[in-house]
Amino acid sequence: MTLRPDLAIIAHHVDRGARILDVGCGDGALMAALRDDRGCDARGLELEPTNVAAAVGRGLSVIQGDADTDLADYPDDSFDYAILSQTLQTTRRPDWVLEQLLRIGRHAFVSFPNFAHWRVRASLLVGGRMPVTRLLPIAWYATPNIHHVTVDDFRALVKERGIAIEGAWFLSGDQQTGSGLANLLAEHAVFLLRHDR
Amino acid sequence: MSDDPRFGLRRSVTLPGPLRLDGGVLFSPVDIAYETYGTLNDDASNAILVCHALTGDQHLASEHPVTGKPGWWARMVGPGKPIDTNRWFVICSNVLGSCLGSSGPATINPATGQPWGMHFPVITIRDMVRAQAMLLDHLGIDRLFAVVGGSMGGMQALSWAATFPERVRAAVVIASAARHSAQNIAFHEVGRQAIMADPKWRGGAYYEAQDPPAAGLAVARMAAHITYLSEAGLTAKFGRKLQGRESKTFGFDADFQVESYLRHQGLAFVDRFDANSYLYITRALDYFDLAEEHGGLLANAFRQSQARFCVVSFDTDWLYPTAESRSIAHALNAAGAPASFVELSSPFGHDAFLLESPELDRVIGGFLAAGERA
Repeated sequence: MTLRPDLAIIAHHVDRGARILDVGCGDGALMAALRDDRGCDARGLELEPTNVAAAVGRGLSVIQGDADTDLADYPDDSFDYAILSQTLQTTRRPDWVLEQLLRIGRHAFVSFPNFAHWRVRASLLVGGRMPVTRLLPIAWYATPNIHHVTVDDFRALVKERGIAIEGAWFLSGDQQTGSGLANLLAEHAVFLLRHDR
Repeated sequence: MSDDPRFGLRRSVTLPGPLRLDGGVLFSPVDIAYETYGTLNDDASNAILVCHALTGDQHLASEHPVTGKPGWWARMVGPGKPIDTNRWFVICSNVLGSCLGSSGPATINPATGQPWGMHFPVITIRDMVRAQAMLLDHLGIDRLFAVVGGSMGGMQALSWAATFPERVRAAVVIASAARHSAQNIAFHEVGRQAIMADPKWRGGAYYEAQDPPAAGLAVARMAAHITYLSEAGLTAKFGRKLQGRESKTFGFDADFQVESYLRHQGLAFVDRFDANSYLYITRALDYFDLAEEHGGLLANAFRQSQARFCVVSFDTDWLYPTAESRSIAHALNAAGAPASFVELSSPFGHDAFLLESPELDRVIGGFLAAGERA
């Protein structure tokens, strides 16, 4: 089974045998890969009941719940990695969720679509309309993405919160791209974070 | 092993005990009626215990001896079903205090030669579980591949994981709770008072006259049955439709279909259930508070557990609502137990766990199969 490119980056950089919490785990594709290929003890949190049923059906441990509220119930430092892939921009309080990830996990992986990608910029600049692109295919009124974020916005937030960036990967299509012009050229960003404490 | 008299349908055993009950009584001997399905493997590692609900019984997937109906979970348990009897050896026993062959108020007290009646000791969910553990010893099963239950059966599954952590590899808890709420206790008290208000109850000593408090028990069942259904489900099934008549009679006949349905439920129930058993088992449910047994913190109940857990609720269940299951999931998380929780959608209220639900099948089947890989 082929993982989505951002998930493949995460899977590749997780230590073998690590304890993982995948927040917004969907049907458990990443969790299953981490369990089967890297011997991880993976747990998931997922909002959508049909996704939870699918994940449990493949033998994964997934709790149905809402990242916006339920992360508070997890004990401190109970996981090696907390993972939030393609979910940050859908939460009501992304900054709170980020703090929770780094409280629960010793490290956190966060991936999100970059709203400052040149195609998004061009679409807004030329068309004057909220962008509907390959990456953000849903119209403004229906999108679950309620907190659009750019690579530079994210870098500013983690700096302000005293969060250390341990790794960053940028994707354009399925290809990795450099960090220098990432805010312009990256469609997706993946960050590995750790709290300075 | 197939000709072993301990295995098969309609089995029963008298175990010497004694069984130390939570109420302090040393109870013996202990009769247990049970059924088994499938074949126990050589190292006795494929046993699944299914625990039944308040008015359920050991006839899990076989014809009920009184009603002639298929077993209460025949759609879930059998060859090729989610609880697949081609792979697993499935056990279901009548709970202590019930009336389908296990020791209960209707069975004979060996000290007096008379039915126990209200001299039967008050029992708890944990006592039921301890009796099941004695049965497993008798069957030569040290460790369960899984314990599975809905409603009161889910409470037994939780109690199993907490009481015998070394004997449970996985627990499935469906439409259940870790304690009885004030509202749960209140509904049960209505049922008990209906039974005890029936003059035929006679302080529980009605067996000799063979004239049980059927009217009281029927009312108890009617009140409880409402809590098993959802408002939307009742509306969809009956609405305000009249029963076999064109207009209201301006009397107290069962004008409405829902009245007729409930009366039927009450009457059918008294043929297969003992009123005193109903008192004892509802009491056991009301006493259930797993956190209380573990210093007030539910997570402590699971600290020793090695089991995987799967907790399922239904969105229209107002008897044991999703919040109860969610608090179990939180406690399991806090204890670091591998746990899954999902709320499934169904129009059928609490009874949904007994009815057709492809998603429940997928969750249970997948969860159990994952244990074989481990």
